Amino acid sequence: MTDGCGAPAQTASLPATVDLANEAVIQGTVVRGDDAVPGAYARLLDATGEFTGEVVTSDEGIFRFFAAPGDWTVRVLAPGGVSIDSTVTAQVGEIANLQVAI
Amino acid sequence: MSRSDVLVDADWVQAHLNDPGIVLVEVDEDTSAYEKGHIRGAVRIDWKTELQDPVRRDFVDKTGFEALLSEKGIANDDLVVLYGGNNNWFAAYAYWYFRLYGHQNVKLLDGGRKKWELDSRDLVEDVPSRPKTSYSATEQDASIRAFREEVVEAIGDKNLVDVRSPDEFTGKLLAPAHLPQEQAQRGGHIPTARSIPWSKAANDDGTFRSDEELRDLYQEAGVDLSKPTIAYCRIGERSSHTWFALHELLGLPDVKNYDGSWTEYGSLVGVPIELGEAK
Repeated sequence: MTDGCGAPAQTASLPATVDLANEAVIQGTVVRGDDAVPGAYARLLDATGEFTGEVVTSDEGIFRFFAAPGDWTVRVLAPGGVSIDSTVTAQVGEIANLQVAI
Repeated sequence: MSRSDVLVDADWVQAHLNDPGIVLVEVDEDTSAYEKGHIRGAVRIDWKTELQDPVRRDFVDKTGFEALLSEKGIANDDLVVLYGGNNNWFAAYAYWYFRLYGHQNVKLLDGGRKKWELDSRDLVEDVPSRPKTSYSATEQDASIRAFREEVVEAIGDKNLVDVRSPDEFTGKLLAPAHLPQEQAQRGGHIPTARSIPWSKAANDDGTFRSDEELRDLYQEAGVDLSKPTIAYCRIGERSSHTWFALHELLGLPDVKNYDGSWTEYGSLVGVPIELGEAK
């Protein structure tokens, strides 16, 4: 059966099937004060601002993308008209971590 | 056809939640989304386990579709309003699928689950029970589904619209960036295809762009709207979203979705593949 292109559940740690040596990972947590924000939308935009992917944050407020090396923008959307952009650089074999406060 | 014939907004859904003859259907790949909360009265269709053949790579057949809709309590004359996560990809796919099997009275909730959530509208956990029906489907409508032979013949002739992300189009990535890059087939795109990511047809909140914006988008990317068009992505659900924009919103008469998409084309022996930017 073909797997869909939908985003998988955003787990706290990197899935065991993923070999970090081959991936350029961008991940982060969405917080409001000291609390994680589940159910926010994280959109990955490439260096030209083009949409590349979107995930919904987990119960721990986590989002994660498997990108290509380079500069990216993560746009976080949440109820109340929240839209916050953060820039990040991804490299193969590394996890680029973000914390987004809304 | 006007936009209101195929698309409803969240206010409309809110106002018609209790209307008989209207069935809300949530379609997701991630079925836990429905369990955590859904629009009141909505039934669920699982994209993977209920719409796909469990063995072959194909849809459930006509009999299977009839059994599914009967089981869900959907009747032939019901108005089906579809919505889902992932900017309505799977809902748009289901919409195309309902049309494929002849259900004409079907609409999409503009923006899907995302817009509903961003509006802070109510979601419930109660699962409705609907009495079974005896649903009867038609044979598949071949005018909206493309197969590989037709796609190869369309190179340099019909519009081919590749709706994947730019990096998937050029061959840099083999799958969307929220998925690990474990795919094995070749990267690239079908020669002569135009790159118009599905996301350009949608606003940040998941609603569709206006007809005028959509028309400009496709024309500026080199799509001749007077010619037949085939849309494809990786497995056919993002391209259902674009099929909806072209066929249902802009009303173009000859638009097909190639559901085999890149996972089939990029694995075919002997077919041409182009790398890099659109030529």
